[in-house]
Amino acid sequence: MCGIVGLFAKDAGIEAELGAHLATMLTAMEDRGPDSAGFAVYTAGRPDTVKLTLRPPPATDSDALLARLGIPGSAIAPRGTHAVLSVPRAAQEQARAALAQLVPQTVLVGAGERMELYKEVGRPADVAHQFALATMRGTHGIGHTRMATESAVTTDGAHPFSTGPDQCLVHNGSLSNHNAVRRTLRRRGFAFATENDTEVAAVWLSARMQEGTPLDAALRAALVELDGFFTFVVGTATGFAVLRDPIACKPAVMAETNRYVAFATEYRALADLPGIATARVWEPEPATVYAWQLGR
Amino acid sequence: MAARALSVAQACDAAAVVDLARQSVRELNAVLHALGPEDNRTQWRVLNPAARHALAVGLAQPVTVEIAGHAGYYCAGMNQHARVIVGGNASTGVAENMMSGFVHVRGDASQSAGASAHGGMLLIDGNAAARCGISLKGADIVVKGSVGHLSAFMAQAGTLVVLGDAGESLGDSIYEAHLYVRGRVAGLGADCVPKEMHEPHRAELHAKLAAAGLAGEVDIGDFRRYGSARRLYTFHVDNAAAY
Repeated sequence: MCGIVGLFAKDAGIEAELGAHLATMLTAMEDRGPDSAGFAVYTAGRPDTVKLTLRPPPATDSDALLARLGIPGSAIAPRGTHAVLSVPRAAQEQARAALAQLVPQTVLVGAGERMELYKEVGRPADVAHQFALATMRGTHGIGHTRMATESAVTTDGAHPFSTGPDQCLVHNGSLSNHNAVRRTLRRRGFAFATENDTEVAAVWLSARMQEGTPLDAALRAALVELDGFFTFVVGTATGFAVLRDPIACKPAVMAETNRYVAFATEYRALADLPGIATARVWEPEPATVYAWQLGR
Repeated sequence: MAARALSVAQACDAAAVVDLARQSVRELNAVLHALGPEDNRTQWRVLNPAARHALAVGLAQPVTVEIAGHAGYYCAGMNQHARVIVGGNASTGVAENMMSGFVHVRGDASQSAGASAHGGMLLIDGNAAARCGISLKGADIVVKGSVGHLSAFMAQAGTLVVLGDAGESLGDSIYEAHLYVRGRVAGLGADCVPKEMHEPHRAELHAKLAAAGLAGEVDIGDFRRYGSARRLYTFHVDNAAAY
C-alpha cells in the first residue's frame, strides 16, 4: 500500500497555497497509509544560510537548545516535534558537530538551503495538522502516507528520506536488491541511518547527483541499478521528478495545468486541486522519467 | 431503507440523483442493490464522485447509472445487466469481474480494466493503462485509444479490440481470448502470436465494433489478429519426456 503525493508550482501565484493543497492531498491518501506520514516543502531560503530540520528529544526547549549550541547568527523555529535550525552556511559543520556532541539524541531529518522535512507516526491528517502543513508556502513539496509492511512503525521509518542537501525522496513499493546496493555504497563511504530499502534509493540518487549527474539522468540510471517495485517522487532545490518501475507495479496519476504539476498514487488526492476539471490528467508511463525544473 | 430512498432526489427528467458530496458510497450502492425488477427508477445519475472507490458495484438490474466525473477503483465491478457510464476517467479495475451489461468509460481507464470479466462489454473511449483485460474470461473489451503493457495477460476467453496501439507483452501466457489491434504492437508476450484474419474473425470483429457503436467508423481491414500459439498451456504427449 502506501500513498505518495507531490506538487510543483509552475506559477509563483500558487506558492502561497502549496502547503494547503499538499495537506489535502496527504489527508486524501490516509487509507493507503494510516500509520505514519511525512512531507518536505521547498520554502524560501538564502544562499548564505543552511536549514537543518531537527527532531530533538521530546520536550526540548528550542530557545535553550539554540543558546546551548552557541552558533552566532543562527535561529530556530519549532514546528510540532521538529525544529528548523538556520545557521550561516560557513557554520554548518560546527552546528552539526555541536548537535552531535551536546544533544546526541537529536535526529537530523534533512538539510538544505530551502528544504524543510517533517515526518511523524500517526494518521496523515493529524501529522499534517501537527506540523501546520496547511500554512506553509513553497515552490514544491512531496509527501508520503505509510502502511508499514516490512519494518516497524517508527518516525525514522517514515518518508520522505533526505540523504543530500535539498534532496528528498518518497517511495511506493519495495526494492529487492537494496542490501547489495547498500553494501556497495557503504564501501564507498556513504552512511545509512536505517535498514530501510527506500533510504538505499535515496542514498544511491544522492551519490549520483554528488558526482554531477542531473536528477533526470540519475533516475534513468536508477532503472538499471535498482531492482524491485517502485514509484519514486523526488525533490531537489530546483527540481521535481517522477519515475515508475518498468512494469508499473504501483499506481500513479499525474495532473498538469499552466499553474502546477501534481502527482498522486490515486486521483482522489488530486480531486480538490484548483482547475483539476480542465487539467491534463494522465498515468505516467513505466520506466519513463518525468522531470520539471524551476524556471524562476 | 425508507430514509435512504427518500434522500434520493428525483429530478424532473426522471433520473434519480445521488450526490456523493452529501451521501456515502455505501448509501449509493445500497439503494442500487435494493432495486427490484419492477422498480421504475431505471435512470440514475451520480454527482461529485471525486474518484471514490467501488462506485456502482454489484449491480444486478438493467438500470443505467451515469457517473458525472472520475471514478475510483473497481467501478462497476461484478456488474450484471446494468449500463454504467463514467463521464471522466476510471481508476484501477473498472468493470472487474463483470458478468453482463455494458460499462462505458468516456475518458481513460487505469490499469487492470475489465480484469477477469466474464461477460458484457467494456467500452473505453480513451486509453487503457497496463494489464487491460488481464485474465479475461469471456467479456468483450473495446478500447478506442491504446492499451498499456501486459494487456490480455493470461486471457482465457472473450475479445479485446484496440483501435490504437498495444504496449509490451501483449497477450502474455494467453489461453483462448481473441485480440484485435489496429495500431502498432510494441511486443508480444510468451505464446502470443499474430494470426490470420479469416471471415469468422472479420465477422466477430464487426459484431464487437457494432455493439460498441463503432460500426463503419473504422476499417476492419486495418486490424491484425493475435492469439495463443497453444504451446504453453497445452500438454503435448509427444513432449512427455521433456516435462
